[in-house]
Amino acid sequence: MAFKIIVCAKQVPDTNVIKINPKTGTLIRDGVPSILNHDDANALEEALKIKDKNPDTQITVITMGPPQASDLLFECIAKGADEGILVSDRAVGGSDTWATSNTLEAAVLKWVKDNGPYDMIFAGRQAIDGDTAQVGPQLAEKLGLPQVTYVEEFEIANDLKSVTVKRQLEDGYELIKVQNPCMLTTIKELNDPRYMNMKGIFASKDIKVWSAKDIEVDLTTVGLEASPTNVFRSFTPAPKGKGVILEGDTDTEVAKNLLINLKGKHVI
Amino acid sequence: MNFQLTKEQEFVRKLVREFATNEVEPLAADIDKEHRFPVETVEKMAKYGMLGVPFPTEYGGAGGDHISYAITVEELSRVCASTGVICSAHTSLCCWPIFNWGSEEQKKKYLPDLLSGKHLGAFGLTEPNAGTDASGQQTRAELVGDKWILNGAKVFITNGGYADVFVVLAMTDKKKGNHGISAFIVEKDDPGFSIGKTEDKLGICASSTTELIFQNCEIPADRLMGQIGEGFKVAMSTLDGGRIGIASQALGIAQGAFDVTIEYMNARKQFGKKLSQMQALQFMVADLKVKIEASRLLIYKAADMKDKHMNYGEAAAMAKLFAAETAMEVTTKCVQLHGGYGYTKDYPVERMMRDAKITEIYEGTSEVQKMVIAANTFKK
Repeated sequence: MAFKIIVCAKQVPDTNVIKINPKTGTLIRDGVPSILNHDDANALEEALKIKDKNPDTQITVITMGPPQASDLLFECIAKGADEGILVSDRAVGGSDTWATSNTLEAAVLKWVKDNGPYDMIFAGRQAIDGDTAQVGPQLAEKLGLPQVTYVEEFEIANDLKSVTVKRQLEDGYELIKVQNPCMLTTIKELNDPRYMNMKGIFASKDIKVWSAKDIEVDLTTVGLEASPTNVFRSFTPAPKGKGVILEGDTDTEVAKNLLINLKGKHVI
Repeated sequence: MNFQLTKEQEFVRKLVREFATNEVEPLAADIDKEHRFPVETVEKMAKYGMLGVPFPTEYGGAGGDHISYAITVEELSRVCASTGVICSAHTSLCCWPIFNWGSEEQKKKYLPDLLSGKHLGAFGLTEPNAGTDASGQQTRAELVGDKWILNGAKVFITNGGYADVFVVLAMTDKKKGNHGISAFIVEKDDPGFSIGKTEDKLGICASSTTELIFQNCEIPADRLMGQIGEGFKVAMSTLDGGRIGIASQALGIAQGAFDVTIEYMNARKQFGKKLSQMQALQFMVADLKVKIEASRLLIYKAADMKDKHMNYGEAAAMAKLFAAETAMEVTTKCVQLHGGYGYTKDYPVERMMRDAKITEIYEGTSEVQKMVIAANTFKK
């Protein structure tokens, strides 16, 4: 039986290009390209690596977003995923992380109803537009799955029944063995995501669009109104002043000036 | 009429743009300087399916169209014209004639390895005395028993030093002129076949341009491609398609030079303001932008006609003529807009200007394109 992996992914504005309106503190989205969230690209890549070694692997990418988020699924399938599911409905618009994980939970349960049990779920650590890192862990809790976050190294057992992962911490790491099914959230150190493939771009795509009704989600638990988090204000911190250029006739003199400065500020 | 790219075509641009930025651009200046064929890049292009874009999946192609192929060559050439022409010569000049003119056996034998990029392809038509006048072929092929024996030499063969499979034109019946030319498939290890001199060129220095030498080169009888005497038709139809590839290369060079120049003009200050704020220069940029976009439309139109199996020879000639001359003009002006820095190898525009020149010469000079356009204009 095929090894079944679900990858949760999000379409985000490319933060390399994006600008912030200084008056309102909101993102200027006009003309900003949407991209596959970086950490999610790592999540998909790890699933694809499993498939490279075990061709009888089936990868499903699930995303929640507006209709144009189907472009993300197109890209994931062009990289090698088998199917894509877009959960798109006005009822789930404006969801915070809690409401989003409620929606994704319902989508996963609907997928299980249609396809039987999954073996693993991958998600990126966090999305570059919100930086919360909450949706993956919340989804794992709601589905009752063991979870490991911040995965930077990954190895799957030959029988595919368990995985051993290295979890990045601020001052070290944890080496953890987990039984499948489990949920892992991935970081950029884990791998280098592949490009799309020309053949994948032109191959037919299995992309399904599910509404809130399709996934039978409780409408009182999704969307803006049901979200316990509200953003009151966002702002850009005032830029720091210009740096100081130290001068001197010789390198030794410049170094001396630097020492005086640092000592004066009690840095050293 | 529809000027929007399809979703697939847009994703082809996204793929090749990312690939070119990460894998091709960082090498471009070095391989130009070292005159080094980028073997590692060719392997990567193969891995991602860029060496078989407009061919059906049943032969191992990507199942794409010719606009996607044009975009592929354009985006590669935007950062490195040498890499662009490796893809173009392989696809248009070797894979396509085998796909279009080869027997089913030949297609099954050669296309899977070519389209997957396991093998690289080249095309041998030009000779020391048969350039624009391709009918002056002196390479001969003679059927002896169940073998063809080839004698002669080809020059200026793109990918020559690194190709595994060559489509080669040779005279099988001198008396018949153009109708006496036939097409053959030659493999790099065929007895009597060797690679001669590698050219030292003004531009596209990282592409391999060589002589091919046939000294009693023996190939099996079934390497004849198409019918005896059909070689000129094979060559001309191949070059029609090749012109879409070279026009795309020219477009890529022009767009690449334009993009780095805009970046430079936004940063460079003279007389207390940025170059981008000077109207005389803005007008120059506007003229260049219009010509680049006009090139693109001519190319996509020709590619679309090819996909629709329409007679696209004149459209391809127009696209190549205009795109090549635009590439030369744009790169020359981009060097000018960079001032003295543009003339140094610290900036990529001098390389782009050297690379642009060849697009006015190979796969039919600009004059040949005008001959094709005029012939279509005055034909009975």
